[in-house]
Amino acid sequence: MMIIISVDDKEIQAEEGTSLLKVCLDNGIYIPNLCYMEGMETPPSSCRLCFVDIDGEKNPVPSCSVKVREGMKVFTNTPRVRGLQWSAFELIMSNHRIDCGSCLSRKACPLIKISRHLKIRLKPFRVGHINSGNEDIVEDHPCLIYDITKCVRCGKCLHICEKIHGRLYLTFAGRGVDMGISFFGDSDDETIPCARCLACVKICPVSALLSYERYEHSPEGSSS
Amino acid sequence: MSKTPLPDDKAMLDDIAAIVEKTGCERKNLIPVLQNIQDRFLYLSEDAIKILSGHFGLSSCEIYGVATFYNQFRFNPPGKHQVKICLGTACHVKGGDIILENFERKLKIKTGHTTEDREFSIDKVACIGCCALAPAVVIDEKTHAHMTPTKIEGIFLGYEIEKEMKIREEKKRDDKDTPA
Repeated sequence: MMIIISVDDKEIQAEEGTSLLKVCLDNGIYIPNLCYMEGMETPPSSCRLCFVDIDGEKNPVPSCSVKVREGMKVFTNTPRVRGLQWSAFELIMSNHRIDCGSCLSRKACPLIKISRHLKIRLKPFRVGHINSGNEDIVEDHPCLIYDITKCVRCGKCLHICEKIHGRLYLTFAGRGVDMGISFFGDSDDETIPCARCLACVKICPVSALLSYERYEHSPEGSSS
Repeated sequence: MSKTPLPDDKAMLDDIAAIVEKTGCERKNLIPVLQNIQDRFLYLSEDAIKILSGHFGLSSCEIYGVATFYNQFRFNPPGKHQVKICLGTACHVKGGDIILENFERKLKIKTGHTTEDREFSIDKVACIGCCALAPAVVIDEKTHAHMTPTKIEGIFLGYEIEKEMKIREEKKRDDKDTPA
């Protein structure tokens, strides 16, 4: 059933029960987001960037996990929403190595888009940069290279892997600042489909997961 | 790539297979089984995780992801001497991370790993309760207070001497047992 909701005082038609974030994005209203992917039953809501204020709700809510209802009044840029988004974005950036010059994401990078949208610098000025102390680049997989210093832990690679293969060939391991992607136990060329698939490489928004081929063509890979 | 298991490793894997056999293959049993294996063998080996992955129908990396979330699981056999470096608040302020780095450099391993001869393993721990002695390190059961990089050298010298003495004593005993 089609219903009408209002976002930032603009009326929008939407199918009842769709995710609010999707409705906004489809109608050209950008809400920062990193971990949401279309078709997710239960979005992880882990990036904490897609907050909106909804009339009648006490606190801002992540729009990816809200379903649209008739007559909903949504505001995407109230001061407290921005406050939450700034903090979340700074915390994400505190663990992201900013090296746009030799990064393969370049113009497609959602971090740059979000920083412009939120009018905030890429470099986190309140929290500084946290180095997890882990090895920067993990090369224990036959066809994938993982750079923990770039990873924003959005989890899109896990989602797509499970969707395509019905099981995980990579996972989040560790906890806190040490958390990162691990390929534990699946290093046998013969049994893993990774060389043919590379869906995780294509979905990675910040080029933290690369195939060897892409890595060698990147400025970073060819210099070392 | 996989090495042929050492004889005691093979016994361990058979044992683990027996433990796994007895538990149901619902997901809720995963952590209790992991704890069981950790308690008995003091670590979770890659092959052990592979056995579990077959039993529970999960990929091994999924199990690894679950296990790495908890500090109680380790993935290398612990060393004969376990070095625990305190990184609680007081020890952190007093430079516990420098001590940790020194141990890592001295033993040429990273935190959570074991030296190749299985003599030493390094772990970081939160507070061990003797903040007045910061930065503190516990090796086996003995607490070493006010650590400095030079003290680390002294400690290892102590262990080397101890080892040397043991070897000499054994040699002496052997000589006595088999008179020329």
